[in-house]
Amino acid sequence: MNPIFQGVLTIVIGVGGCIAYFYLSNFILDRFIFPAKGKDPGKNINRANQVRPWLFMFPAVFALGLYLAYPVVGSFWRSLYNRSGDEFIGFGNYANLFASDEFQTAFFNNILWILFVPAASTFLGLLAAQLTDKLRWGNIAKSLIFMPMAISFVGASLIWKFVYAVDEDIGLINAVRDSFGMEPLDVLQIPFWNNFFLMVILIWIQTGFAMVILSAALRGIPEETIEAAIIDGANPFQLFFKIMVPQIMGTIVVVWTTITVLVLKVFDIVYTMTGGNFGTDILPSYMMSFMFRDDGRATAVAFVIMIVVLPVMIWNIRQARKELR
Amino acid sequence: MDNIAGKKSGLTWAVNISVIVMVLLWLIPTVGLLVSSFRDRDQISASGWWQAPFSVELTYATRASDPVVTDEGAYIIEGNIFATDEVAASFAAGESTISAFGDTGRNPAEFPAGGQADLGDGEILTVQPNGDYRYVLPEEPRRPPRIYFEAETPPEFTLDNYRTVLTADNMDRAFINTMTVTIPATIIPILIAAFAAYALAWMDFPGRGLLIAAVVGLLVVPLQLALVPLLKLHQAIGIGQSFLGIWLAHTGFGLPLAVYLLRNYMVGLPRDIIESAKVDGATDFQLFVRIVLPLSFPALAAFAIFQFLWTWNDLLVAKVFLPSADEAKVMTVKIADDLLGSRGGDWGILATAAFVSIAVPLVVFFAMQKYLVRGLLAGSVK
Repeated sequence: MNPIFQGVLTIVIGVGGCIAYFYLSNFILDRFIFPAKGKDPGKNINRANQVRPWLFMFPAVFALGLYLAYPVVGSFWRSLYNRSGDEFIGFGNYANLFASDEFQTAFFNNILWILFVPAASTFLGLLAAQLTDKLRWGNIAKSLIFMPMAISFVGASLIWKFVYAVDEDIGLINAVRDSFGMEPLDVLQIPFWNNFFLMVILIWIQTGFAMVILSAALRGIPEETIEAAIIDGANPFQLFFKIMVPQIMGTIVVVWTTITVLVLKVFDIVYTMTGGNFGTDILPSYMMSFMFRDDGRATAVAFVIMIVVLPVMIWNIRQARKELR
Repeated sequence: MDNIAGKKSGLTWAVNISVIVMVLLWLIPTVGLLVSSFRDRDQISASGWWQAPFSVELTYATRASDPVVTDEGAYIIEGNIFATDEVAASFAAGESTISAFGDTGRNPAEFPAGGQADLGDGEILTVQPNGDYRYVLPEEPRRPPRIYFEAETPPEFTLDNYRTVLTADNMDRAFINTMTVTIPATIIPILIAAFAAYALAWMDFPGRGLLIAAVVGLLVVPLQLALVPLLKLHQAIGIGQSFLGIWLAHTGFGLPLAVYLLRNYMVGLPRDIIESAKVDGATDFQLFVRIVLPLSFPALAAFAIFQFLWTWNDLLVAKVFLPSADEAKVMTVKIADDLLGSRGGDWGILATAAFVSIAVPLVVFFAMQKYLVRGLLAGSVK
């Protein structure tokens, strides 16, 4: 079947199906199961209203359960089995992983990414937010810094290939080196530092995100605190670091954790730029090298990522519960 | 803000300059890609994209195709090199400046223009900077002899790369596939999430807090965990690797954000409207469809943009849930797996392919930025 036709059909069936489900299930509930008539209409209405939230939520809860909650358990269970999945080997996959050099490299690199990318993106985002807030053309500047958000990681990687390329007629870095009479250099092959050149790509993408949110937070700061600080003789730097930043600390933490979680999902950049060679592997790309080949190891790596994310998850849930009260 | 209390900031200039520098740093890589996509292969390898508006020195090969005349036992070919058959098309204006010439492909710029070159065997070739040449041979040539030369070539921008990308290599197919994946995967989760978000925001039932916490928790579950078990599940129930599979997967993965974003927005709707509608006898279903859904349009739009960008740009889910056959590849997979491998050195094609794949998201981004920003703020700042 032609995929376009199939797509249109899916939209019709999907959307139509959703509407039909919600409409019919409510209709049946109100008309036949607990009709608002008969002996005790009030009681029936109350009962119907107790069931209704679950009708509303059933498709979402089902999909969330199947596509996100079940895989956590399913992946963990699978990671306890061997490559073909027929022999239970306990934590054998994990033991193998932690013993392998590549995994250690990937793990170490991932720690670097987690430390460096959110820090740099948040810092640059905060800087951009504060600087552009004062300018007349600030909104245009913001729009341009925000733009990479729309670009895929693959597209961004290609864009940066035009900066990192060895050929001095293509790569900007080597063009600059060339104009100073230096030899061309493949920055993606410099041990250790090549990781940072890859991180730059993600920072380039995420700074806009940090900037947009922090800029809104900066605008939310009460004017009086700033006025008071200026009257007391604070210079612009003191004003920024001692008055403004502490007041938006909550938002900074949210931005920081959001980017941290994202870092653990992104395998595209490493995959496109180096394929994990030259010591640049990170956990998500390391996992992809086992995908379709050794499900036991692949799920084990995925579960390691899950454990790394866990503190952020717990912190987020606690924040959400605090807000609910 | 520094201006309040009558204090004029001395930093204005510094601020302006640093923002300009930052914007340039952010913009330059993308501009490079865009410019490169309009240059042809020879120009790209001859000079950097930042020199695109200037002429480049390119090497050409041609044959002295003008008529041969005999003069005192020597055979002479005379004419203008830019008018010779093989390069006439490249110099439509008929003018350029030659800097050097030669008679071998190994050393096409052996002799400076304007001079006389002794090619051995009694052959003498003269090429003027303006293209006039004179080739003197002792014997009648069987075929017009080869001439190589290096000439200033005016900057040239072409759409050839776009033509190649959109017609060759199945890239057009990949574009359609990306659309096919993206549109249903954007639309379907919205409705499912909207109902759930309404229930979580405005209906009272036991376990509501727990469910909200669960959604927040699922928001950060790494996708990687879902890949293996879900692919197994899809294979077991007969979906396998297919478009249906990827739509379901994207729907599932997009739901936590959708529910979270929409709930946050719906909770903020004015209580009065909802309660007065209830007093007037509206059922929850009517209330949702007639009042809450239309009022939540900004949040729906924000999520739709997020989901659109995410599914359009996705590489991971597409690699796992779509068949690996060429006709089912989306653009990101096509670029990352095929083009970078087979056309790794063809920068023009790479740039064009990348630009084709980022053009649609960029349009959506600039057109709907307002909603995107609103959505980001609803999701993060409370």
